[in-house]
Amino acid sequence: MAEFRYTKDHEAIYVDGGVAAVGITAHAQDALGDLVFIELPEVGKTVAKGDEIAVVESVKTAAEVYAPIAGEIIEANDAVVDDLALISNPVNDNGWLVKLKIADESALSDLMDEAAYDAYLKEID
Amino acid sequence: MSLDKVDYSQDRGLNYEENLLWEKEHSEHSGVDFPDLKDTPTRTGMDMRDDIGLPQLSEPQVVRHFVRMSTWNYSIDHGFFPLGSCTMKHNPRLNEKVARMKGFAHIHPMQPASTAQGALELMHELQNWLAELTGLPGVCLAPAAGAHGELAGMMTIKRAHEQQGNAHKKIILAPDSSHGTNPATAVMCGFEVRSIPTAETGRLSVEAFKEALYRTDEKGADIAGMMVTNPNTCGLFETDILEISELLHAVGGYFYCDGANFNAIVGKARPADFGADVMHINLHKTFSTPHGGGGPGSGPICCTEELAQYMPVPTVIKGDDGLYTLENETDRPETLGKLKAFQGQFGMFVRALSYMMSHGADGLRQVSEDAVLNANYILSQLSDDFHAPYGGQPCMHECLLTDKKQKEHGVSTLDMAKALVEYGYHPMTVYFPLVLAGTMLIEPTETESKDAIDRFIATMKGIANDVREGDTEKFHSYPISTPRKRLDEVKAARNPILRWKKD
Amino acid sequence: MRYLPQTQNARKDMLDAVGASSIEDLYVDIPKEAMVDGLVDLPNHKGEIEVERAMSALARKNVAAPDSPFFLGAGTYFHHVPASVDHIIQRSEFLTAYTPYQPEIAQGTLQALFEFQTFIAQLTGQDVANASLYDGSTATTEAALMAMRITKRKKVVIGTELHPHYREVLGSYMGNIEDSKITDGLESIDEQTACVIVQSPDFFGNPHKYDAWRKKCDESGALLVVVVNEIVSLGMLDSPSCADIVCGEAQSIGMPMSYGGPHLGFFACRQKYLRQMPGRLCGMTEDADGRRGFVLTLSTREQHIRREKATSNICTNQGLCALAFTIHMSLLGEDGFKKLARTNHEAACYLADALDGVDGVSVINEHFFNEFVVELPKDASVVVEDLATCNIIGGYALDGNRLLVSATEMTTDDDVAELVHILAEIL
Repeated sequence: MAEFRYTKDHEAIYVDGGVAAVGITAHAQDALGDLVFIELPEVGKTVAKGDEIAVVESVKTAAEVYAPIAGEIIEANDAVVDDLALISNPVNDNGWLVKLKIADESALSDLMDEAAYDAYLKEID
Repeated sequence: MSLDKVDYSQDRGLNYEENLLWEKEHSEHSGVDFPDLKDTPTRTGMDMRDDIGLPQLSEPQVVRHFVRMSTWNYSIDHGFFPLGSCTMKHNPRLNEKVARMKGFAHIHPMQPASTAQGALELMHELQNWLAELTGLPGVCLAPAAGAHGELAGMMTIKRAHEQQGNAHKKIILAPDSSHGTNPATAVMCGFEVRSIPTAETGRLSVEAFKEALYRTDEKGADIAGMMVTNPNTCGLFETDILEISELLHAVGGYFYCDGANFNAIVGKARPADFGADVMHINLHKTFSTPHGGGGPGSGPICCTEELAQYMPVPTVIKGDDGLYTLENETDRPETLGKLKAFQGQFGMFVRALSYMMSHGADGLRQVSEDAVLNANYILSQLSDDFHAPYGGQPCMHECLLTDKKQKEHGVSTLDMAKALVEYGYHPMTVYFPLVLAGTMLIEPTETESKDAIDRFIATMKGIANDVREGDTEKFHSYPISTPRKRLDEVKAARNPILRWKKD
Repeated sequence: MRYLPQTQNARKDMLDAVGASSIEDLYVDIPKEAMVDGLVDLPNHKGEIEVERAMSALARKNVAAPDSPFFLGAGTYFHHVPASVDHIIQRSEFLTAYTPYQPEIAQGTLQALFEFQTFIAQLTGQDVANASLYDGSTATTEAALMAMRITKRKKVVIGTELHPHYREVLGSYMGNIEDSKITDGLESIDEQTACVIVQSPDFFGNPHKYDAWRKKCDESGALLVVVVNEIVSLGMLDSPSCADIVCGEAQSIGMPMSYGGPHLGFFACRQKYLRQMPGRLCGMTEDADGRRGFVLTLSTREQHIRREKATSNICTNQGLCALAFTIHMSLLGEDGFKKLARTNHEAACYLADALDGVDGVSVINEHFFNEFVVELPKDASVVVEDLATCNIIGGYALDGNRLLVSATEMTTDDDVAELVHILAEIL
């Protein structure tokens, strides 16, 4: 079943068929400002939850994007590196950064759904 | 400022436009004349190099080029520079003059010591002054700048642990208010950084320190040391520093004191006496060598007798025969080695010692007192108009404000910094330290008169008043009277153009 | 106390405004144990005349290059600096400006840095250059560290004779990296090699071609780092454009020797390695009205943003030294720079021929730029000391009987004649 998930570090995840498309939320994009550079990982690498999988940079800040869940990196979105504006598109469209083949789908329950993430945003505001 | 658009001149009054060297007509004459070549056959073993693509101009063209560009710069000689933690103070020209004496400027770092006794004596004298002012007797002048001094200091700590069989000590404690160089330096040395949260008081708390100290080992056996700026970057002296340094020393850790804020206490208090084991001194801050638009700096380190054997080389020693020599690896095998070719930024040593001698013990104490008084005065005058998170108590040589009150009206710290630019000032340090949102760190230094400070206060109050009254639109487009308006940093970073190139 | 503007009245008014009864009230947070009781044990303040007198006395105890026949190089060179260079860098607007973080009021510094980067990129034949590093030794070390980051390998090979101080500095830094090592020579390049460091002219003055090194690097996946510590040589010798990184020391253009610093480290590389490059960078952009302007850029690589993830802990550059270089290069121009190089080479050729004529002295180098090694009939360090007593700075004593000597545009025929004369006496 396809669904959206979120983390407290503001990663947005679209899970479909055992694959997680990972990007950053609109809130994270607002906080960073205009992006100037995106660094993506090598495809084929196996990562643990919390490992750095990408870096997004604005003029003043560089933010690491962490793996929301353990798995193997099966695809990196080179199109978004060439056209940074794509990042504002939904992660289930072409706004994702990395696609992970999820190692253990039961770990998904640790991640927030949309309602929980909205509540979290209100809480930290 | 709106310019009438005409196509026959880009300049207006004293506002000049100036193109790049490569965009000027290629002159037939070099700006430097040489005697005729003898056309000796070459012995380089290779052909002459092809066209490099350099521009070519006569001397008057070159002089005008750089003088016109210079008029676009703000400097400490122009006006007040309240840049927190950067200590932008007056640069006496005497120091420039003495550094250019031929016996200092035109001597070679590897010429025989017998032909450089004056230079070595000067370095020895500077070592003595720094040792006395910090209370730390081991001094190495070699590091090239503050961050390089940090590296030298942290590598000294690392070397000490290794030599004493404590290589397992890997953790460095550092408050989250520290300069970004601190964690970068610790990591370069192979240490692991453990951040200590700053308490609401703007200081380190003993509880938070203890929690970090014993987090992974109940005896703190894995702790290599801590890096603390004192006074800290919130402009406050760490009141519990004695207890904290005792706790650290008890687990065998060393206290690295970041000397960036030494101007607050120079001649008045000595870091060794509050527990520091090693610290760097920014000669370009406390001792007024010019910033030069971003260097050269100079970052000597001072350390305890115990650590002195591990410091980098060279240091200058005075022999029983009264002769000065450079102490090198062969003389001191425990040393961590060299971190820079030759002896360090010697030209800066000359300037700094000239400055120290001019002030003397009495003058340096007055430097500290005036710097601290000026900062406290600004804090007292601006506390009503701006959020002063640590107000109501004395600060050291700099004071911290935030944009909390202005933010409600849509005006941020960045806007106010750019407004100061419009009103003829260099802004204060903004968005640093990172412990609070929208910070503004103001350091007036001792070389401002009350007059100058009052004018700055009036400007700041004026900005606060405009914001309160809703006159805020202008702040988003400032500055407008400068040679350039706000520059597009996103464009610069997205598609970096870092050099001129022929189309 | 001529640098302190506050009056006693002003101090009193300010204390009142603060609500303090005395200055000591503002130091209450400092533990008593750390406060100095009275004054530190140093002399009190002095006037300008007294300071200048004391400094002159120290300066006079040194043998200055303009006052002696001077043949010492070894990584720091005695060159002429045009008068207008020092005049311009002493303008308040350049000398007393801060790092150009506020670009609207620092376009002068920024445009000069942009021009500096262009000069360095052109001279080295590289795509991009940074706004300078501390000196040649730290630039070389940063190049090795950058190559290790890019290749994820931990071995550095020293290809040709590297300046001994540069090698020591590299060794000190590499000691911080577990399992890293330094080896020597073309044969030791392998699949674990991060980079090969080729200094040209090498420490003994030999110029090198880069083809064989480039080929070996391509085969092993190592980066080629070319180190130049006499930048004037780039006016004659091959461009190191085939290298991945070119770095070194640029003191020769615009700076006095100053007993070892401040000097000017430079650093250039290929475009594809830009984001791994340490140090400040100035880039071109536009202002709100679309007019060309300059800013510091790509600063997310640096320590004040990345903190522990920065490419390097380097914070400052050698701003004013980079400016001096840029002004001096502008004055020289294409013809002047090449003529400076030729003049240096001719002076060195003249010196070599003169020394070859001294009984028992022979020039070792077949090829050189402005520096070479001579074999003496006795210990070189003794000869250097003997020459010093005759007011000649004779060169750098290598091991045994070998002496490294250099000549520049400052070397006169009379200087050479005096050296030859004294050598004939003492050898």
